[in-house]
Amino acid sequence: MNPVTEADLQAWVDGKLELGRQADISSYLKNHPQEGERLRAYRQQNIALRAQYGPILDETIPRAMLRTRILSRWLWPMRRYAASVALMVSSAALGWVAHAYLAEQQLRAASPGPALAARALQAHAVYLPEVRHPVEVGADEQEHLTGWLSKRLGMPLQPPRLAPHGFDLVGGRILPGDTGPVAQIMYADAAGQRLTLYISAVQGEGRDTAFRYAQDGQVGVYYWIDGQWGYAVSGVLDKTTLARIARVVYEQL
Amino acid sequence: MPDDSNSLVACIPRLRRYARALVGDRTAADELVQDTMERGWHRLSTWRRGSEMRPWLFGLLHGLYAERQRHSPMTPPSAERLDMRDMQAALQQLPPEQREVLLLVALEEMRYEEVAEILQIPPGTVLSRLSRARERLRLVMLGQAPASPLKVVK
Repeated sequence: MNPVTEADLQAWVDGKLELGRQADISSYLKNHPQEGERLRAYRQQNIALRAQYGPILDETIPRAMLRTRILSRWLWPMRRYAASVALMVSSAALGWVAHAYLAEQQLRAASPGPALAARALQAHAVYLPEVRHPVEVGADEQEHLTGWLSKRLGMPLQPPRLAPHGFDLVGGRILPGDTGPVAQIMYADAAGQRLTLYISAVQGEGRDTAFRYAQDGQVGVYYWIDGQWGYAVSGVLDKTTLARIARVVYEQL
Repeated sequence: MPDDSNSLVACIPRLRRYARALVGDRTAADELVQDTMERGWHRLSTWRRGSEMRPWLFGLLHGLYAERQRHSPMTPPSAERLDMRDMQAALQQLPPEQREVLLLVALEEMRYEEVAEILQIPPGTVLSRLSRARERLRLVMLGQAPASPLKVVK
């Protein structure tokens, strides 16, 4: 085995390690628990950074950034030219503004899907490392859980059964959201790998979307909007497995 | 041309995210992006078609940020008042040259070569700054950061 370098370890943190090197680094981390702790803290930093700043991507872009001073810069020297030229140029400039305006609208229309995915990933990142209190109401009180989630969300909600797919119900919690209470339901597989289902009301109707995929570091999320509700399934799983589980969830809800 | 301006506009959300994390303050960060966009629109003709636009714009943003740092370097908040759970405050405890590298790698998920090009530093320096930034951030979050000599070490 080649000696482990700092470059290898940093690549491991970012999930950019060459495949052939995975086993070497895993065994190195097993034999050097302190290094393992340090590097896992770095991975947590990545998750925390993306969770904290991710939502900025969905903020409405200030108009000034789209327009900029290009208008004045173009129009000013043109004042000396004939009116027809000025007219021509200003229509071109208007075209630019209209174009920028359209781009803004497109970006805005891109919500609420990406916003939903970002919030789901954020909630996933926050409760993922929770060892003692991953959920508010545990799976041992399933009846209470179902009643409580349904009542808070204002719609009948039975946590989907994912046990046949290797994920047992851990429980659920209610989180504050932009559009009212949001439910987060957590599952775990035999290895303790966690999966969360995030359910939130979305503004506007008739916006049904297909399954969409987004990824933040190692955490993948499949999300979709069905009527008034947005759903997101997040976990550190390969895309195919996550898609399969998202479909199972979709069929059961 | 419209395609180019489209690409330019499409980069805004990521520029804003990066600037917010880099500068800390929302207004100051948006001003930085605004200036970057103006420079971007103005220099669009100098952008090499076919190359990626994002690193080019990040390079422009970094140039503007470095100019500002030279004129009025920001003083980080005192570590004693720092709420350790607050990533924003913790980030500001890093020297700017470490923070830039960390954010470009961890938040923007850029390759070291891209980061090197944007910041105009050798790729080896990217790695060493990244390594120092992560360790320093870890210690800050644990409340164990050494009383900070927040000087730019060249």
